[in-house]
Amino acid sequence: MSLTQRLSGGTADYLDQRTGIGAAVKNFARKIFPDHWSFLLGEVALYSFVVLLISGVFLTMFFVPSMNETVYQGSFATMHGVTMSEAFKSTLDLSFEVRGGLLMRQIHHWAAVLFMAAIVTHMFRVFFTGAFRKPREINWVVGSVLLTLGLLAGFSGYSLPDDVLSGNGLRIADGVARSIPIIGSYASYLLFGGQFPGHALIPRLFTVHVLLIPGLILALVGLHLLLVVLHKHTQYPGPGRTDRNVVGFPLFPVYVAKAGGFFFIVFAVIALLAATFTINPIWSFGPYDPSPVAAGAQPDWYMLFLEGGLRLTPGWTEFVLGGFTWSFNILIPGVIVPGILFTTLAIYPFIESWVTGDKREHHVLDRPRNAPVRTGIGVALLVSFLVLALAGSNDIIATNFHLSINDITMFFRLFIFLGPILGFWITKRLCLGLQRRDRELVLHGHETGRILRFADGEYVEVHKVLSEDERWLRVQHESRRPLQIAPETDSRGVVRRGYRKDRFRQRVSQFFYQDRIEPITPAELAAAHPDASQDVHGAMRGAGNTQVGADVPMIEPEVPMIEPAERRP
Amino acid sequence: MKARAARRYHRFAPVALLLGALLAVGAGYAALTDGPAAAAAPTADDIAAGSQLFRANCATCHGPSASGSRNAPSLIGVGAAAVDFQVGTGRMPMHANGPQAPAKPVQFDQQQISQLAAYVASLGAGPAVPTAEQVDAALGNPANGMALFRTNCAMCHNAVGGGGALSQGKYAPALWQTTPSHIFEAMLTGPQSMPVFSNANLSDQEKRDVIAYLVAQREGSPGGADLGSLGPVSEGLWVWVVGLGLLIGAAVWVGAKSS
Amino acid sequence: MNAADSSKDLTVRADGGQQPARFENPGVPEHRERLADADPAAAKRAERQVAALFALSTVGTIGFLLAYFLAPPGQSVASIRTSNLLLGLGLTFGLLGIGLGAVHWAKTLMSDHERIEERHPQRSSAADRAGAIAVLKEGAADSGVGVGRRGLLKGALIGAVALLPLSIAVPLIGNIGGDWNTNKFRHTVWRAGRRLARDPSGTAIKASDVTIGSVFHVIPDGLESEAHPLDEKAKAVVLLIRLDPRDLNETPEKKSWSYDGIVAYSKICTHVGCPVALYEQQTHHLLCPCHQSTFDVANGAKVIFGPARRPLPQLPITVDSEGYLVAQSDFHEPIGPSYWERLK
Repeated sequence: MSLTQRLSGGTADYLDQRTGIGAAVKNFARKIFPDHWSFLLGEVALYSFVVLLISGVFLTMFFVPSMNETVYQGSFATMHGVTMSEAFKSTLDLSFEVRGGLLMRQIHHWAAVLFMAAIVTHMFRVFFTGAFRKPREINWVVGSVLLTLGLLAGFSGYSLPDDVLSGNGLRIADGVARSIPIIGSYASYLLFGGQFPGHALIPRLFTVHVLLIPGLILALVGLHLLLVVLHKHTQYPGPGRTDRNVVGFPLFPVYVAKAGGFFFIVFAVIALLAATFTINPIWSFGPYDPSPVAAGAQPDWYMLFLEGGLRLTPGWTEFVLGGFTWSFNILIPGVIVPGILFTTLAIYPFIESWVTGDKREHHVLDRPRNAPVRTGIGVALLVSFLVLALAGSNDIIATNFHLSINDITMFFRLFIFLGPILGFWITKRLCLGLQRRDRELVLHGHETGRILRFADGEYVEVHKVLSEDERWLRVQHESRRPLQIAPETDSRGVVRRGYRKDRFRQRVSQFFYQDRIEPITPAELAAAHPDASQDVHGAMRGAGNTQVGADVPMIEPEVPMIEPAERRP
Repeated sequence: MKARAARRYHRFAPVALLLGALLAVGAGYAALTDGPAAAAAPTADDIAAGSQLFRANCATCHGPSASGSRNAPSLIGVGAAAVDFQVGTGRMPMHANGPQAPAKPVQFDQQQISQLAAYVASLGAGPAVPTAEQVDAALGNPANGMALFRTNCAMCHNAVGGGGALSQGKYAPALWQTTPSHIFEAMLTGPQSMPVFSNANLSDQEKRDVIAYLVAQREGSPGGADLGSLGPVSEGLWVWVVGLGLLIGAAVWVGAKSS
Repeated sequence: MNAADSSKDLTVRADGGQQPARFENPGVPEHRERLADADPAAAKRAERQVAALFALSTVGTIGFLLAYFLAPPGQSVASIRTSNLLLGLGLTFGLLGIGLGAVHWAKTLMSDHERIEERHPQRSSAADRAGAIAVLKEGAADSGVGVGRRGLLKGALIGAVALLPLSIAVPLIGNIGGDWNTNKFRHTVWRAGRRLARDPSGTAIKASDVTIGSVFHVIPDGLESEAHPLDEKAKAVVLLIRLDPRDLNETPEKKSWSYDGIVAYSKICTHVGCPVALYEQQTHHLLCPCHQSTFDVANGAKVIFGPARRPLPQLPITVDSEGYLVAQSDFHEPIGPSYWERLK
């Protein structure tokens, strides 16, 4: 045996004798994961988080989380002799005196904005492919919490240098806190340890940003990944893929190399951005003071949905009632609208399972076109966030495109309602259209552009029949049907209890599934090509198309009945 | 065909001809127009010339005696500084009446601008064009300039002078290309929507400090390319388009079947 | 395909024909050979490419170290930028080499035969579930409390456990808000006779300094000597603007609050607290850059656009015997954003 073999064998034996790790290695080392680029989006988020941890530890070695006043005497000319907090000064020293410090700061901030972008992209991939269905509902909720924690981590992080831009963001946070009915002024005192800005804020944000939130994120990311391993990863529909298997490559060595290598690629892209583009130039903003403010006062992009809402909501929504001030001009964009958007996202798996009555496990993903209403809802949510983000950037848009901020604001006040509705409707129609096209493709094959002329003068375009694999992709999905419910009255004409609830559920289900396109069946294909000699069965390779979970032997889409509510004794 | 004659029919011949013609015209124009006039105290001739220029280009809006009209304010007492700024940045003559006078190609040469300025200055005492020493960035303190800029200017012009939005389509322009003397004059005279920063508000020394700060910003950012200095919005756009774009490209490569 | 299998696939056939109701899964496609699988020269080439990529990483790291020692940040903007660029590019290539090398290795040389792993339902087997329930029942029986009975023990335990966190929560919440004196929102440090000074230099302002069309950013004279200067500044900053008295529309009770066309308004926006700052000289509008609330200075700083609801509070001013501008009193209402008990 070579030295390497002896060493590794010896280590493995040492560990196994003390931990029994052999069993885990046996079960997990060759675990199969399916291969698709869209499965790497979550990894971009994960690896950005690792980069944040690495660069963050570096930064904590030099950053001073204190609001005590000091005077800058370092090398940067425009800050020379300026009175500032220790937090701001240590950030300047970190950027200009510490070798590689500016690079680490920029890596940290680019990684943070990339982290949030990757989370959103990953979340919408999961949404549009229906990967949140049973058994993955819990993981979806864990992910939603991670999204919120990420927002808080980012906000607390970019506020740490105590500069004018982030300080005004904190002032706005104070104003939003104050607007909360009854407890608002106390909420403001709680956050700042007294009046704004106070002396406690930066040290508190530091603890939140460096200890509390990363701890929570690490724990939840661990849970998130554990659930992926437990449930095994979902897979896109394709030949050989069923709800009862995973088709892909083993963890060791393929994914150790691919996913491990991808970490280095993600880190490299972040490093490239940090090497070449400035981010968060606090030396241009200056140390926080409650008096100055600069044009282009925006938070980092992932907070823009709040900023846009604050810009759009008109002032007349604030009123005085009973001597108390009800600041709905702040509560609506700051609390109510984000609450609705985030809650809808978080509980969506439960809405869908309620609407379909589907209790089976799902491991094969949906093609987005096969779930038109779900895809439409996703697009509507995206459009809402996008409109709010654009509204939050209205002064940047105005300056760069020579428009009036007042006109932009008025337009978005209309479009925040119109946009999502239009987005939903257009998307749904697009999905249904794509499904129709799939049907046509299966029935008639690819158009080859070759024309045949028969002896009797007839011209015909040759169509290339779809291969089995191509056809499978377009016919494998179930077309869900709206729920059926027990009749309103029983045999004696008595209206049953719980009918109204069932009827409401059925109506929502109809909204989701009334408009649908059925996939082509072998009978339809045979009818379209009556003289085709090919056997529609095809050769059977791999497992058949059976379902997991509920004991339902049918292949046909399940149309569960909702039983009438039992009468309580 | 002879070699030289053959070259006339080369496919790049028309391109070379065009470039040569452009060069000739440009050189001729440069040779024939006057260079910048040397600064000197205005003479009576200058004022007379300025008066003629004024009647031809400005009186329609500002009135024949510069006392203003329904469309434009009186220029009596605005001083040479205001004229040097407005005409020197091309803002005047305005194309269309309105609260925003955008900078556009300058219509007059420096001598004509000085003559106009001399004429308007003769109508009533007002701020003068600054001397070279008054606007010399090397003599200013950029740190003090930044502190002043941050309080008085950044809310309209953005933290580094990148420009910003005002209401109803008006804007405070970017200051990257503005000359030091124009910056001084703008502060002093308060053009269009911009407030007036008289010497009682910002002293001469303080104005020079602001100029020193703005000139220092033209060295660029120590962190790399500055994405327009527009703040977090452009950074967010960049991370989605470039950052996530590159990574999705990489992910497609990682996930694709190799040949 | 035998009859036993097909029973799973064929369901109700109304037409009695040969087709199943739905298409069947064709199974995993055949493995397609890669260049490196078939051709040993291609495999060797791929191996060299991977090695070259790893070598690129080494070059990158060496470049980083060279830049670290030989190109320090220095004093100028350009040298800092160069140092950042060189260090960053070194790091980028150091990382990229490893990443691209590993992925290229996996794609060209590692086995790409697709494998199939069976899934099992998440639900544990009936036996396991029964066993779980049995052990829980056993444990409950051992605990000395009847299962399903609402006992005294259970209630007392829940009460104790629910109350205990108060010993952490109460001191945390009790102390976290400082002195909890939210009445401080109602007052600033402005008093009768306190001079208006320039921000940030602190020099006092004379009425004659303020010309029509100018705006001064104002702090109270002697702000630096306050116990908490920034906290007070956050409430006391003021904008000083001079209008032609003919343009100024004042209500009768506020006529005495201005001096010869000079008006002073709180700089803190009544929306969520940003400094209002932007003064448009020609329209007499104050624009807040954060959310575009617009206030009309000629009309009592009332809101004419945007999400703010209330006009900016006005600071009553006058001049003292030397001609310096002074406040007549504090603001007559709490400045800044609204809060629940603001009018009480």
